[in-house]
Amino acid sequence: MIALALRLLAREWRAGEMRVVLLAVALAVASLTAVRYFADRVEQALGTEANTLLAADLALVSDHPIDAAFVREAQASGLRVSQTTTFLSMTLAGERNLLTGIKAVAAGYPLRGDLRIAPELFAADAPTRAVPAPGEAWVDSRLASGLGVKLGDQVDVGAISLRIAAILTFEGERGGNFMALAPRLMLNAEDLPRTGLVQVGSRVVYRLLVAGREAGDQAKVTAFHAWAKPRLGRGEQLEDVRDARPELRQVLDRAQRYLGLAALLTVLLAAAATQMALRRYVQRHFDQFALLRCFGATQRRLFSLYLLQLGALGLLAGVLGSALGWLAQAGMVHLLGDAIRIGLPPPSLLPPLLGVAAGVLLVLAFSLPALLRLARVPALRVLRRDLGAPPAGAMLAQGAGLAVVAGLLFWQAGELRLGLIVGGGVLGLMLAAALAIQLLLLPLPWLAQRMPASVRLGLLNLRRRRWETTLQAMALSLGLLALLLLTLVRGDLFDSWRNQAALGAPNRFVINIQPEQVDAVRQSLAGQGIADVILYPTARARLIRIGERLVSPDDYVDGSDDARAKRLVEREFNLSSLADLPPNNEVVAGRWSGQEGFSVEVGLAKTLRINLGDELVFDAGGLPLSGRVTSLRKVEWDSFQVNFFVIAPPGAFNALPQSFITSFHLPPGRGAVLARLVADFPNLTVIDVEQVMVELRGMLDRVSAAVELIFLFSLAVGVLVLLAALYARRDERAREIGLWRTLGASRRRVMLALATEFTALGLIAGGLAAAAASGVAWLLAERVFELPHAASPVVWLAGFGGGWLLVLGAGLLASRGILQAPPMQSLRRE
Amino acid sequence: MQIDIENLGKSVQVGEERLDILADVSFSVNKGETVAIVGSSGSGKSTLLGLIAGLDLPSSGQVRLDGVALSDLDEDGRAALRGRNMGFVFQSFQLLPGLTALENVMLPLELAGRKDAAEVAGEHLKRVGLSARARHRPTQLSGGEQQRVALARAFAVSPRILLADEPTGNLDAHTGAQVIELMFEMNRAQDASLIIVTHDAALASRCGRQLRLDGGRLVSPVVSSVISPVVAQ
Repeated sequence: MIALALRLLAREWRAGEMRVVLLAVALAVASLTAVRYFADRVEQALGTEANTLLAADLALVSDHPIDAAFVREAQASGLRVSQTTTFLSMTLAGERNLLTGIKAVAAGYPLRGDLRIAPELFAADAPTRAVPAPGEAWVDSRLASGLGVKLGDQVDVGAISLRIAAILTFEGERGGNFMALAPRLMLNAEDLPRTGLVQVGSRVVYRLLVAGREAGDQAKVTAFHAWAKPRLGRGEQLEDVRDARPELRQVLDRAQRYLGLAALLTVLLAAAATQMALRRYVQRHFDQFALLRCFGATQRRLFSLYLLQLGALGLLAGVLGSALGWLAQAGMVHLLGDAIRIGLPPPSLLPPLLGVAAGVLLVLAFSLPALLRLARVPALRVLRRDLGAPPAGAMLAQGAGLAVVAGLLFWQAGELRLGLIVGGGVLGLMLAAALAIQLLLLPLPWLAQRMPASVRLGLLNLRRRRWETTLQAMALSLGLLALLLLTLVRGDLFDSWRNQAALGAPNRFVINIQPEQVDAVRQSLAGQGIADVILYPTARARLIRIGERLVSPDDYVDGSDDARAKRLVEREFNLSSLADLPPNNEVVAGRWSGQEGFSVEVGLAKTLRINLGDELVFDAGGLPLSGRVTSLRKVEWDSFQVNFFVIAPPGAFNALPQSFITSFHLPPGRGAVLARLVADFPNLTVIDVEQVMVELRGMLDRVSAAVELIFLFSLAVGVLVLLAALYARRDERAREIGLWRTLGASRRRVMLALATEFTALGLIAGGLAAAAASGVAWLLAERVFELPHAASPVVWLAGFGGGWLLVLGAGLLASRGILQAPPMQSLRRE
Repeated sequence: MQIDIENLGKSVQVGEERLDILADVSFSVNKGETVAIVGSSGSGKSTLLGLIAGLDLPSSGQVRLDGVALSDLDEDGRAALRGRNMGFVFQSFQLLPGLTALENVMLPLELAGRKDAAEVAGEHLKRVGLSARARHRPTQLSGGEQQRVALARAFAVSPRILLADEPTGNLDAHTGAQVIELMFEMNRAQDASLIIVTHDAALASRCGRQLRLDGGRLVSPVVSSVISPVVAQ
């Protein structure tokens, strides 16, 4: 039977019957796999890129020395390892001392990315692959200015003295979390034991950094992660870049969701194309089925025969499509590899497997209802042409197809919410579209009567084949929806990224400004061209009571957020006292009066289980500070603005030790401003986040380029689906045109009728797509990407205009050959 | 193969009314006999043919082939019976447009699992004089040639009954005559029973017996095959 099925398939292929189906499915699979391949590789590469900010692909963090078994396993797996030890201690230089974050590193650190050092304070820096030599220390600008030391000076760390060999300007691992951290001193791991600072009971953080040797070693890292996770002991945890760097996590997550969205929409487009092509195929096989029944083939046999044939077709399309997809992504990488500046790892095996499976599943799922219908074609049809197949129960018949599409959607989306929103949006669109198209077709005859003959012909043609038109318009609006949706979300995404690391965003923070220095600092900065800085009062305090509950780290041991909660309650954090909330802060619960009560950042509130109305008591250097929570705020931590967990009303700090903090943008080459500021006010500390921002901006550029590429690719696929939908009716149209021509219609008149038909179809599909895209884009922005979304009338313009132009253009293109052919040829088509 | 039609009836419900397409039709066809079913359009000829072929089930009565009642078989059983015993020729030829002439003839043989499908099909194409056109598609053949391919296909499975529905309906008189000649010749060679539905008086007259249907009822007397030529004339 298999042999017979393949023979029949081969014949059908030669006859051209199957080519359209194969092409549609292969194209669909190609788009699916190309997006998947590319997204896969970009994802891996972006991960590697982001890992420079973790200094590794994965870090095992522990509060006690790391078990050698972890190191052995990582090395045995072919991974590179490096260990760091960090703790807080005093650094001394002559009379001055400063609480410092000490970090001991060994050669090879960091495993990802580079450190950057400068020969003196505020001088130009450069990347380095080295680490401090034994006996030497690298210090950051805060420590250098705080201690008043320069290169060559000695500083004391515990029992040893180290020579300052460089100013450390960038350490990827520290990232944006600069506010909470003490100044940095980096020394060689060999010197660590001699400091005598690491002893039983010391609060030390040990990190085992792990990274692949090549960019494609992600699988080894994943395997190590899986191996290590169940073996973690108390006080040990695994971190990847997402845990370590929340501001990058958001960028990566959004980029990944966008790639997911693009892949998802390609699934839908693929499904639409397959459905259209198979529908045509089945319609052309009614006669054949009846004939074979006449020849004595049983229903079951024919069903199996066709199922095998179609399965083989799906397999072929899957393989072909995967190969095409691979070529397409290779082309993209080749063309744009330089532009996106990511060392792309080799593609994984998953996309082609997914492609082949998708090919088979798509074909079978979409042909199954049609096959079931075909199987019920009465054999008597060979004698009585008027007998067709019994109509399929529409919902039931499409169930298999929809189920497969839903499965592929969720697989591709990898996230229930994204899948549900897009799936639901599309299903809603389809139902609404069917209804709307039917309604829109109602007045067509009335309209047609008032139009010139050619236009009337086109309009009536649409109306006459109501269901055919409905299906076609549904497929077209789906294609257009995909295009509009990808454009809209991409716009929202790019807007947010542009704001996040804008060129003029603050890149210097000045802390430790004393209340009596506020006016002088403001004047000094204004005098050097940096005007309108806002100075925020700040006090450091530790949360000790929430309502009646005394806060203890031991309260937070079970929940998913509790590691973070524990860290938060163990240390002091920055509060401010303001009348007006800083820009970008949005009150999400309660109300901020500016006169009383606390406003708490919503993430902190969730982590520490603080509710609106709770009384909070802080300990600020031994002095109490209390108030009731009157509002919860959303804060954009990744905005590089000064932000606070808790804001108290003005005057709340009157009895507390307080200082001021400010941020501003310092244009490149203006290092002198800082030198002057520090000279005038030696107690100030300047924090430089320029390098962090440059890194972030670079990454955003690359992510944007990747998103742009996927967008363009999906766009091309969307257009192809439009073409496929119009091609699906080609033979029928050919006969129609042949008949019109035979009955005396001029080529011009036929053209005009076609143009009318395509225009009406394009406008209907475009309008529907615009309506759906507006809704779905809003939902996606709100619920999935968590971005502000501005509704724009441009969507409607793009929907109607784009729909009209695309359908008209593609439709005329698809009918071009038929218009040229002599009518006789068109009439003889079977 | 012996065909016995007993009190055959077929009716359909049209709204409130019951419409009898065939009513109380009985006759027999002996092995090797040739029978024409004639009558005006809508007299129930094609319905009768469909019932004989087991393509449809009667509302009443029976069709027996060598004593086996078709209505006792399920759909698959009837299909298997057709595959083993029947050949078909249609007014509209019913060749598959995507296949070549040879492949069209091979199709029923392949469905029957014959390994020698290509050779047998080739021989039959030769018998209808179309060896040279074996690789041509139906659209590249004239109407007469297409019907000859259909004849080759019908006889390739060595049927015991050949059912023909207006085999000359789409052909001109001259071509029709050639096709008929060929059909009778092949039928004689295989000693099959032949039942033809036709409007064509010339074709009907070549059959051993003619049965006339009017309003779904047989109006000509049912006679045995031995004397049927006399009655027909």
